[in-house]
Amino acid sequence: MTVDLKTGAAVEIIGLNKWFKTFQALRDINLTVLRGERLVICGPSGSGKSTLIRCINGLERHQEGRVIVEGAELTGEVGKIDVVRANVGMVFQQFNLFPHLTVLENCTLAPMWVKHLPKKEAEALAMQYLERVHIPEQASKYPGQLSGGQQQRVAIARALTMQPRIMLFDEPTSALDPEMIKEVLETMVELAGTGMTMLVVTHEMGFARTVANRIVFMDVGEIVEVAAPDDFFNNPKSARTKEFLAQILR
Amino acid sequence: MSWWRTRRTQDLLFQAALLGGVVLLVGGMAWNAAGALERQNIASGFGFLDNTAGFDVVQTLVRYDETSTYGRVLIVGLLNTLLVAIVGIVLTTLLGFVIGIGQLSSNWLVAKLCRAYVETLRNIPLLLQLFFWYFAVLRALPIPRDSWTIFGAFFLNNRGLYVPGPVTEPGFGWVVLAIALGAIGSLLLSWQARRRREAQGVITPVAPQSLALLLVPALVISAVTGFPLHFTWPVLEGFNFEGGIVVLPELMALVIALSTYTASYIAEIVRAGIQGVAKGQIEASQALGLKRSPILRLVLVPQAMRQIIPPLTSQYLNLTKNSSLAVAIAYPDLVSVFAGTTLNQTGQAIEIIAITMGIYLTLSLLTSSAMNWYNARIALTER
Amino acid sequence: MAALRRPPRIQVPGPVQWMHENLFSSAFNSVLTLVAFFLIYQTVVPFVQWAIIDAAWSGNSRDACLRFENGACWPFIIERSGQIVYGFYDVAERWRVDVILIILGLGLAWLTVPGTPGKSYVGALMIAVFPFVAFVLLVGGFGLVHVPIEKWGGLLITLVVAVTGIVVSLPLGIVLALGRRSDLPVVKGLCVAFIELWRGVPLITVLFMSANMLPLFMPDGMTINKLLSALIAVALFSSAYMAEVVRGGLQAISKGQYEAAAAVGLGYWRSMAFVILPQALRLSLPNIVGNFIGLLKDTSLVSIIGFYDLLGIVQAGNADAEWATPNTAMTGYVFAGALFWVMCFSMSRYAKALEGNLQAGERR
Ligand SMILES: Nc1ncnc2c1ncn2[C@@H]1O[C@H](COP(=O)(O)OP(=O)(O)O)[C@@H](O)[C@H]1O
Ligand SMILES: [Mg+2]
Repeated sequence: MTVDLKTGAAVEIIGLNKWFKTFQALRDINLTVLRGERLVICGPSGSGKSTLIRCINGLERHQEGRVIVEGAELTGEVGKIDVVRANVGMVFQQFNLFPHLTVLENCTLAPMWVKHLPKKEAEALAMQYLERVHIPEQASKYPGQLSGGQQQRVAIARALTMQPRIMLFDEPTSALDPEMIKEVLETMVELAGTGMTMLVVTHEMGFARTVANRIVFMDVGEIVEVAAPDDFFNNPKSARTKEFLAQILR
Repeated sequence: MSWWRTRRTQDLLFQAALLGGVVLLVGGMAWNAAGALERQNIASGFGFLDNTAGFDVVQTLVRYDETSTYGRVLIVGLLNTLLVAIVGIVLTTLLGFVIGIGQLSSNWLVAKLCRAYVETLRNIPLLLQLFFWYFAVLRALPIPRDSWTIFGAFFLNNRGLYVPGPVTEPGFGWVVLAIALGAIGSLLLSWQARRRREAQGVITPVAPQSLALLLVPALVISAVTGFPLHFTWPVLEGFNFEGGIVVLPELMALVIALSTYTASYIAEIVRAGIQGVAKGQIEASQALGLKRSPILRLVLVPQAMRQIIPPLTSQYLNLTKNSSLAVAIAYPDLVSVFAGTTLNQTGQAIEIIAITMGIYLTLSLLTSSAMNWYNARIALTER
Repeated sequence: MAALRRPPRIQVPGPVQWMHENLFSSAFNSVLTLVAFFLIYQTVVPFVQWAIIDAAWSGNSRDACLRFENGACWPFIIERSGQIVYGFYDVAERWRVDVILIILGLGLAWLTVPGTPGKSYVGALMIAVFPFVAFVLLVGGFGLVHVPIEKWGGLLITLVVAVTGIVVSLPLGIVLALGRRSDLPVVKGLCVAFIELWRGVPLITVLFMSANMLPLFMPDGMTINKLLSALIAVALFSSAYMAEVVRGGLQAISKGQYEAAAAVGLGYWRSMAFVILPQALRLSLPNIVGNFIGLLKDTSLVSIIGFYDLLGIVQAGNADAEWATPNTAMTGYVFAGALFWVMCFSMSRYAKALEGNLQAGERR
């Protein structure tokens, strides 16, 4: 896949430290993600991957350091978080679709109540994205009536209807049966083709190899290694990375 | 295999035997009852409903006097039961939701206080709480002459709560009409605002306009017709109050006990309903950029209400059934005046108990079938 | 490798910071805190004042209490404590009640304290043998003096009604629950009708029925004891609720368990007895305890049909001119309420712990 990086940073993280009570979950994180870049984050469970990407859209508050998203810094200041969230879409491991709303309503909720789009326009927009994830025919169903893979694709469409510049994925395929992983990954590959900036936490090494520009390896709350896919897989520098790869590629 | 050894035959035989046993039991009891009634010279049947009751009832929502029939007593009692149930349900819902939400407050003291409320009230028998309110609290209120009062219009004493009573004059109908039209107008207004939001995405606040629509025409018409509503004020005459409306201490005690007790259950239902909404739902809404108020209104409350409504309804039913404890403090509800006084006077035990139970049972079955329908409608959305 | 550091803010918050975060985090919260303080101040302080500081603590007549106008009248409770526990049971025979209460207490402790051996035997003894021992001890016979039921009262009647209710309603409820899930239409129909009938009407109407109608249903010349008819009413009523609790447990058992039981060749009754019911009852245990709490509270209704149970005795004492003081009623209710509260609250805690254990078991 060709790399076509637009100039400028989409996300800048400088000296980030994060604690849960007294437990330090993130340690001195420094990371810059360029516009159009596709970053895969991996690492053992509990290493702080989710916490890191949740700090980017303010689902977790950090105590030290700076997080700057598309030029807007996440400070305690009111309103800042809304600016950032308008630019950042997120897809969760457990889909988190709204079970009491239809697929279409899931996708029109935010455009109508955040962007104040007229209902007709919001629906047209939602249908456009549902077509992009190849499930326009499910629009009037409820999430509970869909398969896991279909639900996750709806979740992607729902995030896209807000037309974010950056998409965060937190293990989007971990809750899926093997045969459904493929359909979701394909959707993500297609999205990558549009030049979207993506931060993806995943253990799908095939995806990382083919789609990522860089791979970030985390362990016990810190970034251990950042490398291009080839380097990462073929000659990892740190012992911890080697150990992790040995386990996961076994 | 011979026919009588098949599963089907055996099932049929077993069921026939069971049914036969039940019929025998019920029939035997009926036979015994018929004999007993004959010996006591009690005519069975519902004819007694047309006989004159001849006793007084302290609170009647429809016309009733000593010449009224037992049938009328039944209606009076039923209406009194419904009165307690409806007022109780409104109050217990308000209290239950406040305390249920309070239990989840980030305010430590408020959360603990609400928790303490729940743990205290639901672990003490309702009847004891009823006695407490009636005999220990309301009986201990001052005599009428020393009433507690608010604005000299409301008086609370050991005979009850005296409040101003509304009296309508000709022309009041027009005011009611104006209010009704105002209500329709504000409904139209909010409907239009919604249409506008959906069509253009603009949010128009309509609360002030709605309020104006409700109040202004009503006030204007009132002024034109010369304010056709006035109040009779309770006034102390000798040893008691005259005028106004009196809320009996029995009614007050019953409503207070029922609504505070049931609220402790509703609070738990509300808490569980809110906590039952997955954390991911809120996070997903936040990630989409939704603000606090739309998250509450569009995501949290609709999902919590789905979990809350079925058990909430059964609490309403419990409250209604528990209102029969009225008999213990002689509030004239259905059980008290019908299954109590009327039964004692007429001795028509079977008929009266059957009617009384039948009424409660009908209420219960109606409510639970409504709930089944509601649950089935919700269940449709699951895979 | 970046070093682990302590978080920037002091992590164990001092009292000031704690109060700021938990009580005064916003203007709205501050107002709430003040309102809550006011409420507590208005209820707890006067209550403590009334119940302890201004209360009459000694003496043996109402005169002792009349001197304390604004305080509880504890001598009333002390003087009536015998009645509160035993009702009018012959004083010389009260030891029989004590023996029962001790057996009951020990049995329950054995069953609830984790880690005691032979729980199932003790449980079986408590359900199958204890009621008969208790019956003989209470009523008399086998050389014991006969104590007529009219003399029973207080906590004794409360416990007799509640324990009988649970002991009868458990097996009956299991049968009804199985019946409600049966494929046989007559069985299912009868069980549904029975369950919905009792669940749809207030207990007090059932008690009225037992008092007024059951005697009519008896064959000519046969009378039915007043307590027995009340016990029948309570048992029928609570077995309907028990059936629904057990049904909840049965529904939670996965279809695989039924199929596995059938696959190893167990018929309906044996698969129920050895596979399904043990699991379902274990799952239902917290709700069964919950049912018992409800039943214990509901026993107070027998005071309406003329029994002197715990509440009835207190109520009778309140009406007694010998103890007429402005504070007698309040004292009686507070005491009875506290007694009920201790019993119900401890059981509800136990039920919660059971639920926690079940969930922990599932996770394993
Ligand atoms: N809300 C929380 N409160 C306390 N600790 C948390 C919380 N969320 C995560 N943690 C802890 O932070 C560490 C990193 O968690 P997470 O970012 O979820 O890891 P990953 O996504 O890499 O598996 C873990 O040790 C986890 O237990
Ligand atoms: Mg994670």
